[in-house]
Formats: sequence, C-alpha cells, structure tokens
Amino acid sequence: MSLTDIRITAEHALGRVEEIPPGEGRTFVVGGEQVAVFRLRDGSLHATQAACPHAGGPLADGQTDVDVLVCPLHLYAYRWSDGSSTSGAAPIRLFPVREVDGEVVVEV
Amino acid sequence: MTAILGGRPGGVTSLQVDDELETRSRLVVVGNGMAGARFVEEVLERGGGEQFRITVFGDEPHGNYNRIMLSPVLAGEEHEDDIVLNSHDWYADNGVVLRAGTRIERIDTAAKLVHADDGTTTPYDHLVLATGSYSFIPPMTGVRADDGELLPGVHGFRTIDETRAMLAATGSCTRAVVMGGGLLGLEAARALQSHGLHVELVHAAPYLMNMQLDAEAGAILERSVEALGIAVHLDVFATEVIGGDRVRAVGLADGRQIEADLLVVAAGVRPNTDIGVRSGLEVERGIVVDDQLRTDDPDVYAIGECAQHRGEVYGLVAPAWEHAKVLADVLTGTDPDAEYHGSRTATKLKVAGVDVAVMGINTPERDEDELLVISEPKRGVHLSVVIRDDKLVGATLLGDTRKVAFLTQAFDRGTPLPEERITLLVHLSDGAEEVGVADMPADSQVCNCNGVSKGDICGAVSGGCGSVGEVMERTRAGKGCGSCTSLVKRIVEWAADGDLAEDPAASWYVPGIPMAKPALMAAIRERDLRSVSAVFAALAPGGKDDAKSKMGLTSLLKMIWGTDHLPEKDGEFINDRVHGNIQRDGTFSVVPQMKGGVTTPAQLRRIADVAEKYEVPMVKVTGGQRIDLLGVRKEDLPAMWDDLGMPSGYAYGKSFRTVKTCVGSDFCRFGLDDSTQLGIDLETRFQGIESPAKIKMAVVGCPRNCAEAYVKDVGVVAVGSGRWEVYIGGAAGASVRQGDLLATVDSPQAVITLAGRFLQYYRENANWLERTYDFVPRIGLEKIKAVLLEDSESIVADLDAGIQRSIDAYVDPWGQDGRRPATPGQFRPSLPLIPLPKVPVR
Repeated sequence: MSLTDIRITAEHALGRVEEIPPGEGRTFVVGGEQVAVFRLRDGSLHATQAACPHAGGPLADGQTDVDVLVCPLHLYAYRWSDGSSTSGAAPIRLFPVREVDGEVVVEV
Repeated sequence: MTAILGGRPGGVTSLQVDDELETRSRLVVVGNGMAGARFVEEVLERGGGEQFRITVFGDEPHGNYNRIMLSPVLAGEEHEDDIVLNSHDWYADNGVVLRAGTRIERIDTAAKLVHADDGTTTPYDHLVLATGSYSFIPPMTGVRADDGELLPGVHGFRTIDETRAMLAATGSCTRAVVMGGGLLGLEAARALQSHGLHVELVHAAPYLMNMQLDAEAGAILERSVEALGIAVHLDVFATEVIGGDRVRAVGLADGRQIEADLLVVAAGVRPNTDIGVRSGLEVERGIVVDDQLRTDDPDVYAIGECAQHRGEVYGLVAPAWEHAKVLADVLTGTDPDAEYHGSRTATKLKVAGVDVAVMGINTPERDEDELLVISEPKRGVHLSVVIRDDKLVGATLLGDTRKVAFLTQAFDRGTPLPEERITLLVHLSDGAEEVGVADMPADSQVCNCNGVSKGDICGAVSGGCGSVGEVMERTRAGKGCGSCTSLVKRIVEWAADGDLAEDPAASWYVPGIPMAKPALMAAIRERDLRSVSAVFAALAPGGKDDAKSKMGLTSLLKMIWGTDHLPEKDGEFINDRVHGNIQRDGTFSVVPQMKGGVTTPAQLRRIADVAEKYEVPMVKVTGGQRIDLLGVRKEDLPAMWDDLGMPSGYAYGKSFRTVKTCVGSDFCRFGLDDSTQLGIDLETRFQGIESPAKIKMAVVGCPRNCAEAYVKDVGVVAVGSGRWEVYIGGAAGASVRQGDLLATVDSPQAVITLAGRFLQYYRENANWLERTYDFVPRIGLEKIKAVLLEDSESIVADLDAGIQRSIDAYVDPWGQDGRRPATPGQFRPSLPLIPLPKVPVR
C-alpha cells in the first residue's frame, strides 16, 4: 500500500433527513469534499462526489432510483452498489452515509 | 496554462508497486494517441493487466483523445471535452502508468531501456512504438521564424493544441489560406469558414482529394466546395509566406499572392520514425514491421501510422486499431499466432454540405474489372463502383452517400452483390437496405472507428440492451465519428425483430414498466394512479422505481389527470424541477414567454434590467424568436422570475414551446393574412402543454415562408382569401423534414381547432420522446387525415375535450414555485462550491 491509499476520514452531521426530499439529492461541502447526498424513496441514504466524472455535471440535480443515479447533463448513469458506470464513464466515488437520530451523517 | 484534456489534479496517476514485489513483465508503449491507447485497452480487455506492468509515454500532456474529431471541434460542433477517449483517471483506474508530456528520445535495444527527454530511463520487456505521424510542412520561404518555430499565424492540424490555437486565431483573423485539398484540408477549410473567415484552398494536385477520387469526381467536388463559398486554387504550390513577423499573405508558385492572416497546412502527414532511426531499427517510409507488427528487434513492435507493413503506411485510424488488436492477441497470448495482413481503407469526409465516402480503388485496374458510374455534375453527384470477380473492390460516393452502409459492408466482407448492379448506387425499391442488413455476415464491421461488428451489436441486443442508445453504450458502436449510427439503428431493429431474443422493451412506453402506451394509460385510469411513485408501486416489476422512466411518466400523468395529478419533484427532470434549462456548467437558462415573437419596449427594458441585476453572462435571441438569459445561477431563479414578471416560455420542457411568426399583413408588403395574431393566439392556447417531445409551431403570412413554417411540428401558411394551410410533422433540427399538408382551412379558428386536435392525437399516441417528424410517417398521413378530418374513429370529440382539459390546467410555473419552493432546498445550488478541475467554473 502506498501513502496515497491512506485516507483519514471523519463523520460529519449534515442536518435533518427531512431536508432532503425523498427521491432527490442535495449538495454539501464537508471535509474539503463536495458531496451529493440522496434520500431514495425506499428510505435509504447514499452519498457520492458532487461532480460527474464525465463532464463535471451537478449529480445532485440528477435523477435516481434504487439502482442508479443519472447525471442531468449527458445522462451518464452510475450504480449505487459500487459507483461504476453503466454507460462507460469513470466510476464515481461513494461515501458511507447513515441516519443517526434523524440526522444525516456522512463519513468523508 | 494550457488546459489538460482528460486531465486530473496533481498527484499520482497510478498506484506504484515496489519493484521487488513486481512479478509482471514490463510493457512499455511509446505514444499515447489513437493507436497506443487502443492497444492498451485491447491488452487490458484480454486480462493483460495481470500479465504486464504497463507504462505509456505520450508527447502531449493530455489523456487520450479522438483525433479524428478535431475537425468538428475546430468547427465548434463538438466540445473538446467530449472527444476525450481515456482520461488520466482511466489510466490510474486501470493500473496503467501514464507519463503524459514525456518524450522518448531513443531506445537502447541491447539494454532494453527507453531514454526520456527528462533524463529518466525505463526498462522494458516488450516495447510498442505507436508514435503516429506529424503534419508535413512543405518547404516554403518564410514559413518559420528565426527560432525555427512556425511563423505566428501558421498552424498544422494534427493535435488538440494546434486546434485550440486555430480556434483562438479565428477571433482575430479574417482571411485564411488552407494548404492541401485532401480530407483534412477540406475539413479545416469548412471549419474555419464556419467561424466567419474568408477561406481559400490551395492544392498542388490538379483536382481535390486526388488520393481518393478520379479527376471527374474531383472536378465535381471542386464545384461543390466553391458553391460553399470556398475559393479553390488547383495545380499550384504555395511557395512563400509573406509577412515577416506574422502571416500577411501567401505567395504561390505562379506569382500570385493571396492575402491571409491565417495559414493552415494540411499537406499530408509523415510517420514519426525518428526514434526508430536513432535506435537502429529498420526504417523505410515507416518503421518496418512483419505480420505480427514486430520490428527487426524481436522485443520491439510498431503499430499505427508510424508502422510500415508490407510496404504500406496508413494514415487512418481503422488500420491502427486492427494493428492494436492483433498485437494484443500476440502479446497476451490470447492468440499467439494472430497476424495482420493489411487493411482495406475507406474514408468519409466530415464536412457539412459536401458528402464524400470513398473506399478501395476508384478506377478499374484490370481488363475484367466492372465499372459502374452515375454522374450528375449539375447536382454535384458522382457515384461509382468497381467490381472484380463479383466482389466490390472500390466505391466513390460524392454528393449522395445513402448507399454507403451497404457498400461498406460489401467492400469490407466481400458479400454477394445484387445481379442488378445499378441497385448498388440507387434505391430501386423500398426495403433493399433491410435485406442488406439481414445478409450481412456477423463479423461485418459496422463501426470502423471502434471496430464493432454486426455480431457485437446483435450480441448486445440479445444480452438485454433495449434501445439503440443502450447498444451504443455497451458496444461503443457509433461513438467515434458517428457516421454509422443509422446502420447501427437498423441492425438493432432487425435484431430485435428477428430470430434473436426480441427485446420486449422496444414497445414499452418507458423502460421501467413493461407496458405499451395504450395499456399503460388504461391501467393508470383504471387503478386511479395519480403519482409517479404510485405507478411504479402498482405496475413496475417488484414495485421498483426507474430513474429513466420518471420523466415520461410525469408527462403522461399530467396529460391524463391535468391538475388532478399528484406532482412529485423527483419524477421530473431537473429542467422541470426548477423551470429552466440546465447548461453545461450547471447554471440555467431562462426564457420569458414572448408570444409570436412580439415584445414591447417595457418588456425589453425589464429583461435588460434583470440581466444586469443577476449578472447574466449572455443574452441571446433564440431561433424561436425569444430572448434567452443564459448562465443564471439556480439559487437566483425565483427572484429573477419575480423581477421579470413575465410567464415562463417553456424553453426547457418536453412540451409546447413557441410559435414563430413572420410580420404577416400588418407591415409586410406581401403578407396575405395576419400571421402574427394567429401565432399569438396559438401560443396563448397551447402554452405549457406537456407532450412526448418538444413542440414548435410557426405561422407565416404568405408562402414565402419567412418563419420556416414548412419545417415545424405544426406549420401554418396563409395562402390568401382567408385560407390557411396546416402542415404537420416538419423538422429542421437534427433531422430535416418538410411537413405534410394536413388540410387547408378557411379561418384562424379552424387552424386553432385542428392544431389542438393533432396535438392531442400526438400526445395520446406518440412514444415517449418521439418527435412529430417520426410520428406522422409512422402513423401515416392518410390515417391521421381520416381520424382528424373525417372522425373515422369517432374520437374527435374526445381529442378536443382532452386538449381543453390540459389547457384549463395551465398555471405559470414561475408564479408557483418561485414564491413557495415545492420541496426543501429546491433552488439550492448543486454545483460544486469549490473549484474542481473538470468543472467549468462559473
């Protein structure tokens, strides 16, 4: 393992879950990273880098379902399972995120 | 600083493993162009990442980009970001070390080391040279400055940096000379012309594209090019660049001088063989290789344009990619006996206004060769084929390339030719191309750029790809120059309908719900489903939602239920969520309604004030006669709408958008009727109505057609005596189609009624995203006439009621969400808040 693989992470509370409407995403800046957090209609939370790796599109403005997130600019899609693209783009980076006492907590 | 195409921020480009832990052999690739990068891809595809530790050296600092798309970039038709094939990230993600911006000076074949210009040495076990070509600059007086660099204003046309330099120059230059009337020269000339430059073309041969065409075709091409406004000088050399410190004129061998402040040299390319020469490899025109792409050193290979195989040096991408495949097979051991036996070359010109496709030879070479020629010089059409032993060995298509798909596969694969040779060049019956698709062998190459065969496409369809787009994404077919897209589409349709596993999704309204539109509409009504999530819960397999279905469902629900549908913001595309059109930098464009293109000084003043207040970077008049405020920050949208105090122009929606009008009878000397008022009335009536795709209308006051009504979804033309012609299914965008005459009616009210009836019929029966120019031919004009004019299906009353329901449901969205956001943070920025390298900073 090289030094570049060592990452120090911390948990950040981003506010109430209700601030993110079901099915939509919102962007936050935490720990020097720009993170788009999504609350899916099944209640699950997902967090990813905010800019699409293809052309920098605002991923929080994209559309999502339980499997994928679709960037609004050129419709590149990314799997929630591992961040890989279904459409040939570079993968997106995912961040651990969970709900703690009604708060969104993301690990960056 | 020059922006790095496909770049990444500083830091490592790949994970480094300590040498002592490395068990893989060392594969070094010199050259990160189309050949080198494709070779690395081919190696990785064969699992070579586990066999080899791969290092790639590239002269340019960029990632790998699609060099054949530089002409569209120069023309402004493509953005440079969109021609990136492999970004720096891609190399890192695949464990490939990319040394971009590092030139290899020489090879020590004895020590098996490459020496770079930064003083480093890199050992290899296998070395692949993919150094490509460089622009040939013919000897000309004054072409270089004292330091040996090209004189300011002189450019080659080979790299993205050269393209950028030319693009920058177009801002200040007015006259350009392009040297070279081959493919690249013609593309450069047309691209520069598109930036408003006066362009003259100087070609040393007696006719254009002399490498590919015969003299007759070349002469026809010359006329077509001159008709575009590009002056052509043939059979003459440029001998001098006049200017001293920068280009001011170009001197020709016959003594003439052409005034110019930009000179583009596209006089051919030469293989980059210096490294081979310096390293003692056998070099003739290119670096000499055998059938396994091996040079005279057993561990050094050469591929692409720098390689000379059986005496041939290619200047095209397809042979380079064939080299890459064979060498990857050999080196990875996938097929150690793989061999390359040469390429049959085919080329196409990417110039708007001139269609040229050429393959193989253009004149008979043997007594028994058959030659078929159709030449219509006045129309700019020249078609010919050369046939040998019942096989196509050459074709030239100039001015009409409709048969190119069939001919390409006949040429590539030697498929049987029709007895009636004339059908090779002209359509004699419908369906000929479908037969052609069916007859294609599975290994016929369809996408020459990406080496995708018919079999690959069929495999993707049977593997579950449900649309042309999915097949293109999966196989990369059509992702190069894009000229094969129509053939890909036909093959996908053929594969989906034939013996192969049919893709049922082809008939579904949206991909996530397995129902055709009529059944889906019936189920929604029957089960009283009023929201997108309710539709998914009730009708989708497993109740699963599907991102790509949401927008279409939202549109359908709005049509069915009007104001009674339950809106869900996540069911809408971002444009509809915030009522603006998202732009490439994440900002939005705002277009106020301007009915019939008519405005007032007060409105103009307000728009100007708003544009200043919100620091709108660009104010632009649209093709639809409205004013577009571009570059608006998402968070500014509500306040801006409030200040504008004008309704939304729906420039962002799959919906009715605008009615373009001419002046009509108010002021025009020729106007036969009041087109402006009718346009305003139509726009008032249909404002905000959702539809399967965008709807544009136009009304003109006479058949001079100043507002282009013949090419709109609904076009209305005044023909005098109070009569109006109503056309449907026209288009002048990505497709161009003249609308079909639906009816001639005798009052504006009749136009409004008929337009509404057609709109509703289209809304109820069109597939999602199906434009009227596809819908009308699919349903058939005669049927549409029967339904709308004769009420053959007794649905006219329902259609009228349906459109009226939607009209009654109209509410200006800017008045709603602006004052009370529909969801928390609806207008919160989603743009990155700190600069990221790939994001255009706003």
